[in-house]
Amino acid sequence: MTVGALVQPGKGRGLRDVMASRFLLKLLVDKEIKVRYRGSVLGLVWSYFKPGLQFVVFYIALGVFLGLEKGPRNPSGLSNYAIYLFSGIVLINFFSEALGNAARSIVNNGSLIKKIYLPRELFPVASVWVSGVHLVPQLVILLAACLIVGWRPDVMQLVAALSGFVIVALLALGLGLLFGAANVYFRDAENFVDMLLMIATWASPVMYSWQMVRERMGETFYFFYQMNPISVGVEAFHYAFWLPTTDGSSAVPDQLLTLWVPIGLAVSLAVVIVGQLTFSRLEGRFAQEL
Amino acid sequence: MSVAVEIRGITKKFVLRHSRSIKEAIVWLVKGRKGELTETFDALKDVNLTIRQGETVALLGFNGSGKSTLLKHISGVMLPDEGVVLTRGRVAGLIEVGAGFHHDLTGRDNVYLNGAILGMDEQQIKERFDDIVAFSEIGQFIDTEVKFYSSGMYLRLAFSVAVHTDPEVFLVDEILAVGDEPFQRKCLEKIHDLAAQGKTLVVVSHDLDLVSRVCDRGVVLEHGRVIFDGPISEAVAVQRAR
Repeated sequence: MTVGALVQPGKGRGLRDVMASRFLLKLLVDKEIKVRYRGSVLGLVWSYFKPGLQFVVFYIALGVFLGLEKGPRNPSGLSNYAIYLFSGIVLINFFSEALGNAARSIVNNGSLIKKIYLPRELFPVASVWVSGVHLVPQLVILLAACLIVGWRPDVMQLVAALSGFVIVALLALGLGLLFGAANVYFRDAENFVDMLLMIATWASPVMYSWQMVRERMGETFYFFYQMNPISVGVEAFHYAFWLPTTDGSSAVPDQLLTLWVPIGLAVSLAVVIVGQLTFSRLEGRFAQEL
Repeated sequence: MSVAVEIRGITKKFVLRHSRSIKEAIVWLVKGRKGELTETFDALKDVNLTIRQGETVALLGFNGSGKSTLLKHISGVMLPDEGVVLTRGRVAGLIEVGAGFHHDLTGRDNVYLNGAILGMDEQQIKERFDDIVAFSEIGQFIDTEVKFYSSGMYLRLAFSVAVHTDPEVFLVDEILAVGDEPFQRKCLEKIHDLAAQGKTLVVVSHDLDLVSRVCDRGVVLEHGRVIFDGPISEAVAVQRAR
């Protein structure tokens, strides 16, 4: 009986091991999706209803009351503000759910991690993946609204949408690995993440226009604002879904696709690397700390 | 026979954390770092053990002697502070069966999920699915959520998945008290079968009669150190004499 060489158990290769256990990843994702709406009558309808209501509330409060929607009496507003708002909200919802769950995933699966060795990165990756699946119904609503107001997709817009998603997904994964591992030692991490998520909605141009940031805060602040990968992701979504439905008078940032999207990708990738390195350093003691 | 598990001088320290609050940490700093903020103890101390392929080894000792900790080092759940652990081939455990079962999933879903967690791929689970269900005697309840199972059914299904994972090294931790007597006998037979097939078995149990029937070799641990390593009959005698 030959079964290969002697190896050290428990020494993982990180995210590469996750690639090798795709079947288990798929089962973990299926499990989360199956149990999410267990025992509820409306089931998947909640996935449509919650973002729908959130959108209506924000639209009335911000678009109508606070006057962000462009109208005859408000020429400086954003045209098609509803689409503008919703395309940002879906991405922020995705990010919040992905990071919030990824940061708790290691502690929540503690009983398993303490007993059986498996690549622990599976849990944050599965959290991000599940959130990606939950993004689909929201995107369906967004696309329906876009088509109604005359959106016709072209290749560049689809590339922008995809890169916006990838930037935010990588950022959620990287931060999820970092805080998921830290949460094992200090449960402060998950509270810190909640705080971070509260800021995330306002630290990117979801509700307001990026131009307000540059006008009020100046170029230096604007530069750091744009270094936030979520800002770039949201702007890429605006480019993909909102801009084609307007007359183009209120633009997206200069060099969005040629400069900021590559920068956003690079920053997110750097966060994934830092997250993975931290995770690998900390995971050796997960079993005894949980 | 070649080596299946090699443990070279491993030491594992556990931290008894006295303080996790910032207040206590600051007080400790202000008072000039008197004493240790944390206290450690050796769960394993310089343990050496070589297990050859096909050996059946029992780990014996009182509670807290480090048996389960040693098993967790072989499975890779824990990493040693000093020393190295080396294993050959796939290691899987009957360690607390049912870890990884989800109450809201059906028996069928749980067989797939738990099988994959224990290291089987899709093809292997599909091939062995019928055997797993037959062995567990779950029958028609396989498509019922496991939260409606009796505790016996639950354990039988979990055990059944675990014994069908077919690893090279099998770790068994105190689970031979599964189900009613006929099922226990069946489990024991299965474990004898595995041993007869040349699988390496590492068993942790307090049931000395049982391990003397299953294992050939016994290792007695005390406070994280190996105090005896030899034939099972002598190991059981050493353990009984304490």
